[in-house]
Amino acid sequence: MKKNITQNIGFLMLFLCIIVTLIFLGSIIYFISARGAKVISWEFLTQGPRMGMTQGGVLPAIIGTFYLTLGAILFALPLGLSCAIYLCEYSPKSFVVNIIRISINNLAGVPSVVFGLFGLAVFVNFFKFGVSILSGSFTLGILALPLIISASQEALMAVPQSIREASLSLGATKWGTIKNIVLPTALPGILTGVILSIGRVAGETAPILFTAAAFYTRGYPKSIFSEVMALPYHIYALMTEGTHPDQQKAIAYGCSLILLFMVLLVSGIAIAIRQRQRGINA
Amino acid sequence: MHNRIKIKADSINFFYNKVQALKNINIDILEKQVTAIIGPSGCGKSTFIRLLNRMDELVPHTSITGKIYIDDVDIFHTSADPVEIRKRVGMVFQKPNPFPKSIFENVSYGLKINGIKDKSFIEEKVEMSLKKAALWSEVKDRLHESALKLSGGQQQRLCIARCLAVQTEAILFDEPCASLDPISTAKIEELILELKKEYTIVIVTHNMQQAARSSDYTAFFLLGELIEFGKTQDIFTKPNDSKTEAYITGRFG
Ligand SMILES: Nc1ncnc2c1ncn2[C@@H]1O[C@H](COP(=O)(O)OP(=O)(O)O)[C@@H](O)[C@H]1O
Ligand SMILES: [Mg+2]
Repeated sequence: MKKNITQNIGFLMLFLCIIVTLIFLGSIIYFISARGAKVISWEFLTQGPRMGMTQGGVLPAIIGTFYLTLGAILFALPLGLSCAIYLCEYSPKSFVVNIIRISINNLAGVPSVVFGLFGLAVFVNFFKFGVSILSGSFTLGILALPLIISASQEALMAVPQSIREASLSLGATKWGTIKNIVLPTALPGILTGVILSIGRVAGETAPILFTAAAFYTRGYPKSIFSEVMALPYHIYALMTEGTHPDQQKAIAYGCSLILLFMVLLVSGIAIAIRQRQRGINA
Repeated sequence: MHNRIKIKADSINFFYNKVQALKNINIDILEKQVTAIIGPSGCGKSTFIRLLNRMDELVPHTSITGKIYIDDVDIFHTSADPVEIRKRVGMVFQKPNPFPKSIFENVSYGLKINGIKDKSFIEEKVEMSLKKAALWSEVKDRLHESALKLSGGQQQRLCIARCLAVQTEAILFDEPCASLDPISTAKIEELILELKKEYTIVIVTHNMQQAARSSDYTAFFLLGELIEFGKTQDIFTKPNDSKTEAYITGRFG
């Protein structure tokens, strides 16, 4: 009897923890939606800002965030996946490789403003890409690299040795086995890494602060060497600069809602792809 | 009947990290015959059979002395390509290991990696291989379902079909029935007798009855040594070595 009571209390505590977590999550979505929804309109989504950021829309920032995120993933996914494949499939399991692995994981903990300064020094100044989509994408890409590498590594390691052996024993080369068996099997896990990185990259402010973002641009970016507006930086700027704090705050909440929605949408699509893949694999 | 030698192991010594797992093994495996390898766990049966299509290379820090010939070709010679050898000599593993793909894709995999694109040829080959593996009637209506939905015995026959689609000379079985029920086991044994008409077969087994029923020759391994090798009939009725006798009568191992 006594044992049963302690057990029930234990379960109750765990349940309460879940409730508290859900309340936090729910209230984030509620507050952002309630405050953001007021300013969301067709005009808000399809036009540029007017009257010193106090009116009009935020389309340039939406587009900017889209380009930056896309650029970052286009850069980080092939590079990160290649690194993960090399580390998991080709490199000998040595001390040096372990050090490399640990270093990559630690890179994930570096504060993002440090990446921003790095991007400024390397891409903006050294390579002379200027404050641009290109510089921002590279900087965000480097931020996403450790996430993509470690998620891909985990996904690759989870592929059973037995099916690699099966493939090799049928006369497949090592690369053929990786391409035809290992990568397709690991794809859902790799996609998870990509989803996480998209969420992270789309919302980052510090890395693009000195490398890509502009408070206001006339019109839309013309090339990868243009500076851009971006949602997270736009929110930051609205809340810290300007002369009409109340109107600006409302717009900032609108931007947050859009950002939240974009990230959820991407995650949703990726989860759907993953589920489909699982369905085939199972 | 005089069958020629298909696979010849000549003075094989094999080491994992300097620990010797095989000691001076000499065996002649005859073409289109079933050769069984028996012996207690850890005596080196898997180690030996994996040498025959160079699957040993997947384990790092090993070394080997001696030679293995397939049709007089030295498979450890620097000019021999393991990929080519594995296209001739297939392997079926202890646990069924189908790819997480459809039944059809599993069987056509070997053709695909060989660059074969002719659809009707692939379809024919898949059907033929599944028929030879006695699986066709059970799966012909669901070729595009996941192979992981099949039962263990069906999965193992699928793995056999997968070999038959590409590998034309020999098939190595490493305890293929270890994880199967008696009915599935009987089916696989029947299949092996059928495959013998076209293939050279080597089968590792823990099951004495299985070795006695399905093999022509039997090799008895103990602690990395080949204790006795000969006609299955002789090994099981009048073994030369007292250790062989002790093992097959179940007194140890
Ligand atoms: N990958 C490996 N690394 C080190 N030792 C191994 C490895 N695989 C097998 N061995 C050792 O080699 C010996 C023979 O193993 P194995 O060929 O698997 O035996 P069997 O198949 O007859 O049970 C055993 O002592 C085992 O511990
Ligand atoms: Mg074994």
